[in-house]
Amino acid sequence: MSVKSLFCTSAILASAMTAAYAETEVQWWHAMGGTNGERVNKIAEDFNATQDEFKVVPVYKGNYTETMTAAIAAFRAKEHPQIVQVFEVGTATMMAAKGAIYPVEKLMQDAGEPFDGNAFLPAVASYYETTDGELLSMPFNSSTPVMWYNKDALDAAGASIPETWDDVKVAAQKLVDNGMDCGVSFGWQSWVMVENFSAWHNIGMGSKENGFAGFDTELTFNNASVAARLDDVAAMSKGNLFKYGGRRGDSLPLFTGGECGMWMNSSAYYGSIKGQAEFEFGQTMLPLDTSLADAPQNSIIGGATLWVLGGHDDAEYKGTAKFLTYLSSPEVQAWWHQETGYVPITTAAYELSKEQGFYESNPGTDTAIKQLSLNPPTANSRGLRFGNFVQIRDVINEEMEELWSGQKSAKDALDAAVERGNALLRKFERSAS
Amino acid sequence: MLKRVHFPSSPLPYLLVAPQILITIVFFIWPASQAVYQSFLIEDAFGLSTEFVWFENFAYLAQDEHYYGSFVRTMFFSAAVALLSMSFAVLLAGFADRVIRGATLYRTLLIWPYAVAPVLAGALWVFMFNPTLGIFPYILKFGGYDWNHYLNGNQAMLLVILAAAWKQVAYNFLFYLAAMQSIPKSLIEAAAIDGAGPVRRFWTMVFPLISPTTFFLLVINVVYAFFDTFGIIHAVTQGGPASSTTTLVYKVFNDGFVGLDLGGSAAQSVILMFLVIIMTVVQFRYVEKKVEY
Repeated sequence: MSVKSLFCTSAILASAMTAAYAETEVQWWHAMGGTNGERVNKIAEDFNATQDEFKVVPVYKGNYTETMTAAIAAFRAKEHPQIVQVFEVGTATMMAAKGAIYPVEKLMQDAGEPFDGNAFLPAVASYYETTDGELLSMPFNSSTPVMWYNKDALDAAGASIPETWDDVKVAAQKLVDNGMDCGVSFGWQSWVMVENFSAWHNIGMGSKENGFAGFDTELTFNNASVAARLDDVAAMSKGNLFKYGGRRGDSLPLFTGGECGMWMNSSAYYGSIKGQAEFEFGQTMLPLDTSLADAPQNSIIGGATLWVLGGHDDAEYKGTAKFLTYLSSPEVQAWWHQETGYVPITTAAYELSKEQGFYESNPGTDTAIKQLSLNPPTANSRGLRFGNFVQIRDVINEEMEELWSGQKSAKDALDAAVERGNALLRKFERSAS
Repeated sequence: MLKRVHFPSSPLPYLLVAPQILITIVFFIWPASQAVYQSFLIEDAFGLSTEFVWFENFAYLAQDEHYYGSFVRTMFFSAAVALLSMSFAVLLAGFADRVIRGATLYRTLLIWPYAVAPVLAGALWVFMFNPTLGIFPYILKFGGYDWNHYLNGNQAMLLVILAAAWKQVAYNFLFYLAAMQSIPKSLIEAAAIDGAGPVRRFWTMVFPLISPTTFFLLVINVVYAFFDTFGIIHAVTQGGPASSTTTLVYKVFNDGFVGLDLGGSAAQSVILMFLVIIMTVVQFRYVEKKVEY
C-alpha cells in the first residue's frame, strides 16, 4: 500500500512539476524491473532529450500481470496512462476491449507519423495484427524460446550440440553418465513445450486459426503428437535425464549452477546467463521431433507490446506517436536487442546489428531471430489469440505438474487441460461479446 | 405500565460514534456491498460489457471440483498452522516462564519473528528450501531425501505451513507468556509442595487456567491462516505445484487479479465473507461456553 501511495504522490509531484514547464506528459507503465528497467528509463530519457515539447515518464508497475491489472484498474477509475506494456497472452483481452484501446496503426496515421507495417518482422507483427492486417499494439520486447547449452559440460561428456529430440536424449544420457545431476530442464513450460512445440512442428493448438479468426475457438493441443512428446519427457525424469525446476524462470539456477547441461527457455535470459554462468555456454535452435516433421516451421514469440489506451487528448497522443516512432527506430531497437537478448522487432534493426558485427562477436545471439523468420508463419505458427489465456496457462502448468510428478499420463493431463481451458474460453466469449 | 423517565435527546452520542460508523461504512460496508454486486455479474476486465446473471457465478463454483479442493486444502492448512504455531508457542512460553536469568533477552529474541513481514518471511523460507541453492535440501540430500517443492505438492504444503506457523509463533508466545505469568505463584507453589512435577503441574493447572487465551488465540490463528498468509504463499509457491497450495484467499487473488475474472472472484470472496461470519458466530456462541474463565 505504502509503495502504491508513494507512486501516486510521485506521479502527482511529477505532473505538478511538468505543468510548470508546460511540457506535454506521456505516462508509460511498464513491467521491466532490474537492469531492463534501467534500459527502459534510458530510452525515455534519450527521447526526452531529443525535443522539449513532450516528456515520457516511465513508471515501473511490477511484473506483467501486475502491470496489466494496474492499467485496467486505472482505466476503470479513468486514471489510466497513455502507454502500457502488456504481455503477449493478454493480447486477446486487450483486443476485446475495443472501447479502451487506441490501435497503434490508427494512432500513427491520426498523428501524421510515418508508419510502415511491413518494416516489422512478420513473426513478431503477425501476433498483434487483426485478421485484416492492422497492427493494434507496438511490438517492443519480443523473445522466443531457444535451447541453451553448457558447452564445457557437453564437450566433457563427449556429446554434440543437439538438433533433434533424439539428440537431446543421447546428450542428456551422456551428461548424466559423466556425473552431471541432470540432462535437460526448461522453464515457462506451457510456452516452450506446448505452444512452441506445436508451432515448431506446424500443429494447431486450437481451432479457428489458434483463435485469430474468432472467440468461438476450442483448444486442440491434446493431440497424440504433443502427448507422445510429453510422455517421453516424463519418462526421461527416471535417471534424471530430465528435471523439472518450476514455472517461469525458476529453473534458471539449475542451468547456471551447472546441474543441468541443457535448458530450454527464452532467448531473453542471455543477460542473466552471461552474468551468472561460470562456464562457456551457447544457444541453438529448439530440438526437432523427427517423427512429426522433416524440418521445423517457425517458433512463436513471447514478451510484450505497448498498447495505447483511449480517452486522452490529441496533444498527448501526438507525443505518444512521436515516442513510438523513436522507440521503433533501428538504432534504439538494435541497442535494445543487443543489450537484452530480446529480438530486434524490425528488419532494419536486424540489418543494423549485422552491420555492427554483433553476431560475429557474439555467436549464437541470432538464434532467436533465425527461428522466428525460418519460414513465413502459417495459421498454426503465427501466434495464439485465446481469451483468458493467463488462466489457461495456469491450468496447463497445473496439469503438466501432475504429469511430471507421475500422477497423470500426458494424455490425461492434456485432456484435462483442454477441458478446463475450453470452459475458460466460453466464459471469455460471453464476457467479451 | 412502566414508568419511564424521558431525557431530552442530545445529538452528542450520535456525533461521537459517527467517525466509527463512517469508517465502517467506507472501509467495510461499501466495499463488501460492491463485492456482493460484482458477484452477480459477468463482466470483461475493462468493465465495458456487463451482464447480470444472478447466481450463475455461485452455481459455477458449486460444481467446480477445483474450488472444492481448495476449500478442503484451506481447512487442512488452517488447522495445521494453528496447531503447530500454538503448540510451539505454549512450549516456549512454558520454558520462558521458568527462566530466571536473562529472561528479557529470551523473550525479546522469541518475539522477533513477529516483526517480519509475511512476504519477507516467505522469501526467507523459500531461500532456505530452494531445491538448488537452499541449505536444507543440501542437508537432506545426505540423508538420501530428495527435496523439490516445485514438483512435490506435499512438500510445498509443508513448507508454507512451516513458514506461516513460524511467523505466528511469536505472537502466540507473547499471549501465552502473559497468561502464564498472571497465574498466582502461590497456586503453583502449593502444587509443587504437594509433590506435583513440572509436567503434571502444567497439564492439571496451567493448561486449564490459560484456556481462555487458547480459545482467543485459536480464533486469531484460524483467521490469520485464512487471510493473512497470502503474502507467504505468494512468495513461496504461488499456489503451486498443480494448485496444491492454492488456498481460498489465494484463489480469489489468482482468479480476480491474474485471470481478470472479476465476477467469479467476487463470488468467492462473498462466500469467504459468510464463512468468516459463521465461523466467528459458532466459535463465540458454542466454543466459548466450554471455556473456563
